[in-house]
Formats: sequence, structure tokens, C-alpha cells
Amino acid sequence: MSSSVAVEARGLGKRYALTRRPRATTLPERLGQLVRAPFGAGGADETLWALRDVDFSIPAGSAVGIIGRNGAGKSTLLKILSRITPPTTGEVRLRGRVGALLEVGTGFHPELTGRENIFLNGAILGMRRREIAQRFDAIVAFAEVERFLDTPVKRYSSGMYVRLAFAVAAHLEPEILVVDEVLAVGDAEFQRKCLGKMGEVAGGGRTVIFVSHSMPAVSALTRRVLLLDRGGCLFDGDTAAGIAKYRALQGGPGRTGAYEAPESVVRRGANHVRAARVLTSDPAGVHRCGEPLRLEFELDIPEPTGTLCFSCKLADAEDRNIVHLWCFDQAARFRREAGRYVLRFEVPRARMFQGEYTVRAFLSDRRTNAMFDELHGICPFEVTMDGVPRDDYPWTSGDCAYLEGAEWVLERAGDARPQRGLVSP
Amino acid sequence: MPTPSPNYAEPPVFVIRPDSARSLGILGDLWAFRDLLWSLADRDLRLRYRQTVLGVAWVVLQPLLGALIFTFVFGVVAGLPSEGVPYFRFTFASLAGWGLFAGIVTRASASLVQSSGLIAKVWFPRAVLPASTVPAALLDAALALAVLLAMTVATGGTVGLGALAAPLWLLALAALALGLGLIGAALMVSYRDVQHILPVAMQLLLYASPVAYGASNIPDVYQRAYHLNPLVALLEGLRHALLGTPAPAAGDVAWALGATAGALVAGTLVFRRLERRFADVI
Repeated sequence: MSSSVAVEARGLGKRYALTRRPRATTLPERLGQLVRAPFGAGGADETLWALRDVDFSIPAGSAVGIIGRNGAGKSTLLKILSRITPPTTGEVRLRGRVGALLEVGTGFHPELTGRENIFLNGAILGMRRREIAQRFDAIVAFAEVERFLDTPVKRYSSGMYVRLAFAVAAHLEPEILVVDEVLAVGDAEFQRKCLGKMGEVAGGGRTVIFVSHSMPAVSALTRRVLLLDRGGCLFDGDTAAGIAKYRALQGGPGRTGAYEAPESVVRRGANHVRAARVLTSDPAGVHRCGEPLRLEFELDIPEPTGTLCFSCKLADAEDRNIVHLWCFDQAARFRREAGRYVLRFEVPRARMFQGEYTVRAFLSDRRTNAMFDELHGICPFEVTMDGVPRDDYPWTSGDCAYLEGAEWVLERAGDARPQRGLVSP
Repeated sequence: MPTPSPNYAEPPVFVIRPDSARSLGILGDLWAFRDLLWSLADRDLRLRYRQTVLGVAWVVLQPLLGALIFTFVFGVVAGLPSEGVPYFRFTFASLAGWGLFAGIVTRASASLVQSSGLIAKVWFPRAVLPASTVPAALLDAALALAVLLAMTVATGGTVGLGALAAPLWLLALAALALGLGLIGAALMVSYRDVQHILPVAMQLLLYASPVAYGASNIPDVYQRAYHLNPLVALLEGLRHALLGTPAPAAGDVAWALGATAGALVAGTLVFRRLERRFADVI
């Protein structure tokens, strides 16, 4: 094992017994079995490999994300890495102390005060009393519970509780920090703080292994992911590529939520939007910010008019119109000739901020103000920032509504040339 | 070109295997995690009397009340002999030793199951949990002894140098209890039967031990079998140290200490054997 490698797993497997052999339900029965086959010799009838033949190696000082669907083996892997459960096959070599945070607040006792819980929880996580005392002030400051230190934690708000629990674990300072989905709890501000802290840990030369279902968090914190599926390692590499693969696993085609006009509208035979769909960059209706986006509308125009207009809007989760697209061209053929058209908007770099979006569509006549068709909330899709890593400050909801690409130029009097860079995407 | 040497110590490599060698014995683990052991014991002590009106007074009140009941039932009603010592003090001394033993066996056995959340989510040497029940039980016993000595002096009795041996008997009782508690805890993870068997077993053991009566009251034909119970010599020894009642025979003491060592070794082995599966089974 090279000294620059922090974690190395070879042929790692974990098997669980689903049904046992003639199950010993009482102690005497089990004692009888023990005499015949001490400690579990003789296999169980049905077994499940929660993890099988997993190999990877993580260099010291890096942050690696572990992603996968439910039941993929993520938690089992973390439990093996943190020594909670032994593997059935293979081995893991760990260089340095492992600090695992598999659940926020494990070992907190509601009757104890904040101060008492800090010491107890620190000790449970493997810290010496002296170490905890040294970091006590930092923990309290991070958790923002100064005023409630001598209050039993059962009287804490859930936010305070979670902050305190994370603070203790975050100040463990192990060489290898293993963190399970802890960001599922807490508000946006807290999540930002946690991610910042974990980034700090990785930046400080220590290793972070991070399991999450939150792709924005994973892409903010890591450059490399392991994608687990059905106990195996499906992908090991670049975070954006891994996340795309994960999205592909999650759902079928890339055009979910397409709109089809209801039968009644079609039968009426007036001008209408026959169908609509959004073609996102990734499958399952997920769009990576900054990638090309295509919107397609099938328009049935039996009665063309000289001032026929089509327009659409992309609305965010709060129903704000973020993008507006239109086709009001004098020369547009659907103003003169009847027929079934496909109108396609091709956005080269769609840069809506992360979140959920829906489409609004309007088919109208400018002169008479007739509204042939008006659609709201169709073609839902999601925008992620997976392709737009940003160091130091992970993306948080509310950062903006739309991202703009730009060049930054940094000048100083006396410098021969200004420094330049790109604001992605 | 020589590579620059790192300015910090290389962290040690730890290997996790299906059958990982147990590099440290339980004692090594407990020593490495002594702060956790103490924190857990400290938590139990703090919590026991929080939100009680009488608070720490219960430490003294509990054995006093227990001894009062025993005195009434066995001393007054049943008229059991007490080897020439006032029955109340006689049984109070025995109950201090018995309470220590029973308290550790019962609480240690339940300790893993009670902390199943911890076991499933955090790694630490599991033996810390049963072992952490010992300090609080020892403290209770020590306080009870202090009360007994105060009582003796207050009623005009004398306390001999022999009383100095009392802590040693208490330690032996605690060690025996921890050995059994380790086995009980490890088995209870898979078999909750233990939690039903245990109260019955402890009650049986209470009457099979010289708590409410002296060992000398057992008919001679049964003495040998009776002394197979290591608690007999340990409790007699404790009472001898505190009250000057007849000392147990050297052979019986040797047997009891041997059984104590055996219980500790067996407890350690069983616990070690089952420990790695706790998180999967609990």
C-alpha cells in the first residue's frame, strides 16, 4: 500500500443471511446447534450479497462521493469502512484513524445538557477527553448553542440538536472522515456550513468519503464518485460522469412528463398544441445547467391566421417565469398554411439555476387577441448544477434564478497583463 | 535524489478482514477507550438521580430499605440466625455485596441491547458498554459500606483493621459479575430469552447465597455442594472483614477466586467470539 493511499479495498464483499437454517428460537436449541456446528458453520438457505467484489483505492487528501440507488450497498460499505460490521470477503486497508458519522446525534442523551452531551458524544466517536476539551469552544461556536450549553438537549429545537451533533463529529479530526447522508436534515444554511466544513477537512489533507442522495452536494464536494449498484461498483471516476450514469439508472427515457393534448381538444379541430416535450441533457428529465436544451411543440394549425403567435415560458418551482421564448415571425409558415407543425426551440446553453421547472405555452392571435391554446405546468423537468462545480461555496437554493457565463478580468496597477478566467458555465 | 522525509508521523495502517486478528485483548480495548468507559459510567450516575426529589440520598436509602425488609421478613418473621451480629447490620453488609454483584450482572447483560442504536451506527470496543456498569455499582457499594461503618461506630461497635480487606472482596464480586455480565450481554444480542431468564436466575442465586443467613446454617451434608457457588466464600469473606463473623475456609476462597478468574476468561472469550456480529444481529 503506497503511503499516499488512504483507503484501499480489495474484493470486498458482505453477505447477509435472509433466512436461516432451522432457526434456533430458544437458547437450548441454539446451544445444541453450537455443539454440532460452532458459530455459524453450515450456510444459511438464502443469502443476499449486499456488497460483492468491490475494489477501489482512495488517495489521501481527496474527497470521494459514494452514490447509488437505495439498496445499492452504500450503507454496508460505510459500515465496513467504519468497522461496525466485518466484511464476508476481501479486505480494506486504512491509513489513519477513521471517524464515521453514519447518523447525526447517535449517542446523544436527551436528559443530558449540551455540555455533557458534547463530552459523551465525543467519547463515543473515539475522542479523548482532553481532545474534546481542546475543541470544546470550536464545537460550541460551530453549533451556535452557547446560550443553551447547560440546558438538557431534550429542550433543544431540532435544528439546534442537529447542529450540535454534526459539530461534535466534524471536529473529530480523523485522517479519514466517513459521512453518511447527514445533509438530509437541517436547513439550507446548515447544509452550506456542513459542506464547507467537509470541504475544509478534505482541503486539509485528510480524506472524506461521503454518501449522499443529494447530487448538488456530491458535485459540490467531490471530483470523484463511486457508483454502486446491486452491491457492485458500476462506475469509479469523474463526478459529473458518475452522476449522469446514476441518473440513467434511476429512470427510463429522457423525455418524461411530455404533454399530449387531451382527446377533447384534438376533436374540436381548432388550432392547438398537439404535444409538447422537453429534451434534457440527461435521462429522466434531468438537465445539467449550461448544457443544450431542446423544447419541441407539435402544433396543429387547421386555420392559419396572419398574426398567429406561439410563445412559451420556463417557470421555476415558485411559478416565476425564468425564460421566455417565442416565434412571432412574419414569415413563419404556420401563419399562412394549414398543417401539423413541429416547432423546436434549441437553447445552446440553458442556464437556469438548479431546481424544478415546468413549461407554459401560449398559442394566440395577436390581432383578435384570441387565445387558441394556453398550457401551464406541463413537461416538468429538473435542473442540476452537477456540471458546474464551484469551489469553496457549494450551490444553495436561492443563489440566483439564472446563471450567466462571463469572463473575469483581474487587474492591478503595475501588472503587465491582467489575469483572466471564465465564470462557468 | 533523496525524498524529503515527512514532518509528521506516518499514521498506522489498519486492516479490516473477515476474520480480523484481534490485536488487543479486551483489557487493551478498555484501556484505549477508558475515556468512553468513564463517560458512559458518568452518564449513568448523572441520570440515575436526575429529576428525583431525594437525589443522591437514594444511594443510601435503597440498601437501608432493602435491609429493613430483609430484617423484618427473615430476621423477625422467619427468625433466621445471623452469626451473633445484629440482624440488620448482618444483612445490610451482605446486601451491599449482593447488590454489587446482581447490579453488575443485570445491567451489564442488558447494556448492549439497550444501546443497540449505538452499536448499529458507531464503532467502539463493545466491551466498554458492559464494563461501564461497574464503576457506578462499585460506588454504590462503597457508599453502603461507609454507612455500615458509620452505623457500627455510632452503636458503640469497633471497626477492626480487617475492614481494610472489604474493598478486595467487593472487587472480586465485581469481577465475577462482570465475567457473567459479558456472557449475558453477548448472548442477549441474539437471544432475548436471557432477559427473561436473568431475573429468575438472580432470585434463585440470592437464596442460594448467604445473604439472608450465614453459610454455617447449611447442614453439613450440603456444605460441599453449597460452596460450589463462588458467591458463598466471597460474601462470607466480605462479612468477615466488616463484621468479624467466621472467615470462609482458605480452600473455599481459592475455589471462589478461581471461579471468578474463570468467569472473566470465559466472558472475554464468548464476548470476543460474538462481538463482530453484534451490529448485524442486534
